[in-house]
Amino acid sequence: MTETGSKVQDRMDLILSRLRTVAAPLAGLGLLLAAAAILRAPEEEAQGIVQKIFYAHVASAVSSYLSFFITCAASVLYLWKRDRAWDFLALASAEVGVVFCSAVLVSGPFWGKPIWGTWWTWDARLTSTLILWLVYVGYLLLRPFAGEGERGARFAAVVGIVGFVNIPLIHFSVKWLRTLHPKPIVLNAQGPQLPPEMMTTLYITLGAFTLLAITFIAVRAEIERLRDLASAMRRHATKGEAR
Amino acid sequence: MTATARAEPPVPSFLGAMIAVIRKDLRLEWRTREVFTATLVFAALVLLTMNFSFEPGQHAVEDMAAGLLWVAFVFAGMLGFSRSLLAEKEGGCLDALYLSPADPGAIFLGKVASNVIFLAVTEAAVLPLFAVLFNYPLGRAFPGVIVAIGLGSVGFVAAGTLFAAISTQMRVREVMLPLLLLPVSVPVLIASVRVTQTALAGHALSGALAWIGLLVLCDALFLVAGMLLFGYVLED
Repeated sequence: MTETGSKVQDRMDLILSRLRTVAAPLAGLGLLLAAAAILRAPEEEAQGIVQKIFYAHVASAVSSYLSFFITCAASVLYLWKRDRAWDFLALASAEVGVVFCSAVLVSGPFWGKPIWGTWWTWDARLTSTLILWLVYVGYLLLRPFAGEGERGARFAAVVGIVGFVNIPLIHFSVKWLRTLHPKPIVLNAQGPQLPPEMMTTLYITLGAFTLLAITFIAVRAEIERLRDLASAMRRHATKGEAR
Repeated sequence: MTATARAEPPVPSFLGAMIAVIRKDLRLEWRTREVFTATLVFAALVLLTMNFSFEPGQHAVEDMAAGLLWVAFVFAGMLGFSRSLLAEKEGGCLDALYLSPADPGAIFLGKVASNVIFLAVTEAAVLPLFAVLFNYPLGRAFPGVIVAIGLGSVGFVAAGTLFAAISTQMRVREVMLPLLLLPVSVPVLIASVRVTQTALAGHALSGALAWIGLLVLCDALFLVAGMLLFGYVLED
């Protein structure tokens, strides 16, 4: 019964396949450009070469937030329309979001060790990123245990929505916690004070990573659809044998 | 949500359905005393474990009191939520609740209310136990502590009830509930510990107004999210 694609599925397939053909080469090109820009960008005076992690770090963070937003939106649409196409999109985005969020958590310490002198500190942003990562790792762990098909999709959608709506609360609670108990090392609000060359580099990296995230999501959603189709066919086949 | 069609069999009102669920849960608990006994013993064991793992001196206890209490509440609470929803699942009651004409939001609020009551009873028993075991005077801070714990419990229970309804329907329910619930309830826990700390220190709660505001926001968010989403968790 899941074999026949719905109208939404057909349209999403079309959009996703176009995205794959358009966004994938653009993402590749963008990454090359970003790499070149990062190499050419001026070296920060005090921090030296490690500062260049910043571009990929921030771009990964933005991509992960974008992905988690798509997960939430697709989860709402799934519960509303009950079309598996939305669930495939939600799962794909959650997975890609966790990948980029992991990149944020891994790239951060490589900058933190030389600059702060420590791999990890319970600073507000580090803490809230880690919590966010755990929320969506929970979402991904739920999937195999909830079983394939409609029920797992439903449970995951609930978690995907609650998890995203919760983000501002995590943000504020952790921020206040750390503001009330200041740590010796505080993140600088560097953004607006960046020199123009660095700003351009950041924008290019942001664009490239966003395209990369979109490509990943489009590919992953397609894989999920095919995987679901394959297991539906397998079920169908074994049912036929049983008869 | 409340505009339900009046069909032949009497459709319970929102409040009526909620109260029916609460009464059923309380009666079941009164007869078995399953949740209360298990959670209370468990909470006591958590306090015991923490005493041995930290061996806090008098000074440390004063700093850690709110945190110690909430760790005990959190673990005892999770045990309670699982139990409360597993009881529904075992007899096929979850399906029956879903098939009933009652609003799923009302069923959710009823389950939350009875879980809050169970947790409150456990908390009421844990507080004096804590005061005795850790030699901590609770007397002067009492009203503030009750407000803090009450506000925190509502949000935590709301999130816990929603996720327990999911996890009890899965194969690995014991594993899934903490994995889903703990990261999501971080804001509630941080805020609860802060407000409880303020109250325990004997300060007026007006000193933690921002945290109380955040706690109320968390409570509202989890209650509303649960009411809207509980129906999707039940159907099968």
